[in-house]
Amino acid sequence: MNIKHDILIVGAGLAGLRAAVECVGQADVAVVTKVFPTRSHSGAAQGGITASLGNEEEDRWEWHLFDTVKGSDYLGDQDAIEIMVRDAPRVIYELEHMGVPFSRTPEGKIAQRNFGGHTRNFGEKPVKRACYAADRTGRVVLDTLYDQCLRHPIKFYPENYLLSLIFDEKRCAGVVTYDLPTGELHFLQAKAVLLATGGCGRIYKTTSNGFASTGDGMSLAFRSGIPLEDMEFVQFHPTGLYPLGILVSEAARGEGGLLRNRLGERFMERYAPTVKDLAARDVVSRAILIETREKRGIGGMDYVHLDLTHLGEEKIEKRLWEIASFVRIYLGIDPVHDPIPVQPTCHYIMGGIPTDVDGRVLTDEKESIAPGLYAAGECACVSVHGANRLGCNSLLDLLVFGRRSGLAMKRDFLQYESPILSNESLRSVDSKIRGLLNHQGREKCDSIRKGMQTVMMEYGSVFRNEEGLKKGVEEIRSLKERYKDIGVSDKKKAFNYELMEAIELGHQLDLSEAILVSALHRRESRGAHWREDFPQRADRYYLKHSLVFPTIKGPEVRYKPVKITKFQPEARVY
Amino acid sequence: MLVRLKIFRFDPEKDEKPYYQTYEVEADPMDRLLDCLNRIRWEQDPTLSFRMSCGHGVCGSDGMRINGICGLACQKLVRSFKEEVLIEPLPVFKVVKDLVVDLGPFFEKYHSIKPYLITQTPPSDTERKQSPEEHERFEEAIRCILCACCTASCPINQNKETEQYVGPAALVRAFRYLFDSRDEASEERTALLDHKDRAWGCQTMWKCTEVCPKEIPVTREIGQIKKRIHEAKNK
Repeated sequence: MNIKHDILIVGAGLAGLRAAVECVGQADVAVVTKVFPTRSHSGAAQGGITASLGNEEEDRWEWHLFDTVKGSDYLGDQDAIEIMVRDAPRVIYELEHMGVPFSRTPEGKIAQRNFGGHTRNFGEKPVKRACYAADRTGRVVLDTLYDQCLRHPIKFYPENYLLSLIFDEKRCAGVVTYDLPTGELHFLQAKAVLLATGGCGRIYKTTSNGFASTGDGMSLAFRSGIPLEDMEFVQFHPTGLYPLGILVSEAARGEGGLLRNRLGERFMERYAPTVKDLAARDVVSRAILIETREKRGIGGMDYVHLDLTHLGEEKIEKRLWEIASFVRIYLGIDPVHDPIPVQPTCHYIMGGIPTDVDGRVLTDEKESIAPGLYAAGECACVSVHGANRLGCNSLLDLLVFGRRSGLAMKRDFLQYESPILSNESLRSVDSKIRGLLNHQGREKCDSIRKGMQTVMMEYGSVFRNEEGLKKGVEEIRSLKERYKDIGVSDKKKAFNYELMEAIELGHQLDLSEAILVSALHRRESRGAHWREDFPQRADRYYLKHSLVFPTIKGPEVRYKPVKITKFQPEARVY
Repeated sequence: MLVRLKIFRFDPEKDEKPYYQTYEVEADPMDRLLDCLNRIRWEQDPTLSFRMSCGHGVCGSDGMRINGICGLACQKLVRSFKEEVLIEPLPVFKVVKDLVVDLGPFFEKYHSIKPYLITQTPPSDTERKQSPEEHERFEEAIRCILCACCTASCPINQNKETEQYVGPAALVRAFRYLFDSRDEASEERTALLDHKDRAWGCQTMWKCTEVCPKEIPVTREIGQIKKRIHEAKNK
C-alpha cells in the first residue's frame, strides 16, 4: 500500500496524540502505532503531572525551574526547561477542559501531591506540585486524548510497526511499516514525520517498561545518520516491585510512604537529610543499592521495604488503588498491613534524538536541522531532563513538546511539496525482510536478548566503571555478531511477532552499544550516570551533552554545550 | 513446577479449522500466565500469536479466556491453577489468529456512545471546579482499561440475535461521562442510551462485574444509567 498524508506521527502515546490533536484540521494527519493507541506505555504512568498551580500550597514556576535544573544535575538545557515549566499550568488546565478526571481538593480544585525533588523556595522543603488522578494519571490522560482524537478526522494505523524512515535528497519524506494484521508493508509518504516512539527500557532485565518499549524510533534515527544525545543517562526508578520490576509510583512516598532497610531504619535520612524519601530518583536508587550491597537489604537480599502501613486503608484505597492492587495480585500481600518489597527498576532514558524546542531533529553539534523530521517524548532529547529526570516531569514533557511539535509541523509542512518517491525504498525494505525470513540462521532471539539484558544490568545500570563498561561493549559486540545469524522460523505474514521481535532486537543491540559507549566516555558522575572510578561531577570537563554518532567504525562520541541561563551549577545536595 | 497449557490455535493462512495444542513449560508458582505464554513463544513455538504490552494489567492488551473465564493473562499467577490451563481467545469477537481477536467492532461500539466530555459553556482560565464527592461519583469507572473482558463475557453480546448490544465496556464509559458533573450533555446522552441495544440491552446478568480485572461495579453502573434515563423521561 502506498499512501500520502501531510503529517505522519509515529507513536500513539501522549506525545504523539497531543501532536495529532494540534495539527488536525489544518493538515491531513495520520498516526502509525505499534500497539493499539490505548495500549501505549504512557498509560502506565501513575503518579501525576507537575505544574506550579499552587492549589495546595504556594508554588512558583521559578522553583519548578530550579528543581528541574538541579534534578538534571545541571545538564538540562535551561531555556527549554523554562519553556516547559512556564507552560505547565496551561497544560493542566487544557487537560482538565478536555475532561481529564483529576482528583480534587476539598474546594474542588485539582489536587496536588508531593513528588521526589520538587521543593519550595529552591530546595527548602518538599512542595505539592504533582497534579494527579489517584495513581492512574497516565492512563486517564491517554484515554482522554484518544477520546479527543475520535472527534477529529485523524487516520489511525494501529498495529503498524515502523521498519524504516525514508529520506529523499532534501528531507524525511515518509516511513515504511509492517502492518501486523495483514503482514503487508505500507509505504506512507508525508511532508512531515514525527517520531513519538517512546523509550527503550526493555534492553534491561529488570524494567518497569512495557514489552513494546524497544527504542525502534531512536534506533532508526541513529541508523539514518542522526546522532543520539546523552544516551549514558538511564533512569532506574527506586521502587520497582520485587522481583518483577513493575512500577510502584513515587506517589507512594509522596503520600507519606517510607523506605526501610533490614534493621527497620529510615535509611534515606542518611543520604538526603532535608527531603529524605523524597529525594531525586537517582539519589534514592543509589541509596537502596548501597544498602543492599552493605547487607542491609531485607533478609540480606537485594531489596528493601516500602512501608505504607501507617497511611491507613482509606488513603491507600483512594489514592493508591492501582499500586495496592499490583501488590495484592503479584505478591499476595496487602500493603495496608505489610511493607512492600522494592528494588530499583529501569524506568526511563533521559537521552534520545536531539531536537530543538519545537521538536525539529538536530543532526550535529552545530544544531543543523533535519528537514521534515521531528521527535517528541521519551525518544527525544530536548533536553529538559539532563542527567536525571524528576518524577512527573515526563508527562509534562510529552504534552508540552508534543504540542509544540504539532505546531511546528503544521507551520512547516506548507512549505514542502508532496514527496515524489519511487517504490525503490519500499522494495529495499521488502528485500531486507525477505532476507531475514529466508535466512536459515542458527541463532535465536531469546538467547541473544537474555544475554543483552544481563550485560546491560551488569555493566550499564546504576553503578558503572571503566572495566565493566569496556567488557559490556565487547559483549554487546559479540552478541551483535551472533545476531547476524539470527533465524526466524515463523514464515507467515500476519501477526508474525517473531519477525517483529527479531527486528526489535537489532535496534536494542544498537542502542545498548550507544549507551555503553557514551557511558564509557563520560569519566565523571552526574545524575543517573554514576562512575565508581570517577565519583565526582567534573563540570570543568563534562558540563556538556554527549552526542553519539553512527560511523563505520562503530559509535563515536562528540559533545555540545549545555544552555545555562539562570542557574549556575552548584553542589547537588537534597 | 511444570505447567500444562492447552491453547486454542487457528491460523487462517494455513488452517481449515481451529484446533488445540498442548504445551508444557517450567514455571515458578509466582510467574504470570503471560510469562508462560512468552516462554512457549520464545523457547518452543514462535508461531503462537497473542497480544501483550504492559504486563501488569494497565494497558488491557492480553484479555483472553482462561479456563472458560475472561481475564488478563498478566494478572493470573501460575499458582492459582491446578493441572491443565485451557487458554482460548475472547469469545464474541472474530478470531484473527490464535488468541488475537478483531476488536474493531468493540471500538466502533465504544465510539458510538460519544466517549468524550461535551460542554457548551466556554471554559474558564483555570480548572472547572468539581468537588471530591462529584469526582467520586465516577471514580471507579475511570479504572476501565478497555480490555473487552466484560463485553466478551456478556451473554447478550454472545447471543447472535442480540449481538448489536453495545456491551458493558461502552456503557461504563457512557456512565463515566453521564455522571461527570462537568459534562453538559445529559439530555443528549440519556436520549442516546435509551435504546434496546444500549442501556436496555443489559439484562443484569452480572457476568461483566464478575470478570472485570479492575473490579469496576459494571452492572451497578449500567443500572444507574437506566435509572437516570427513567428520571430524565419522567421529568
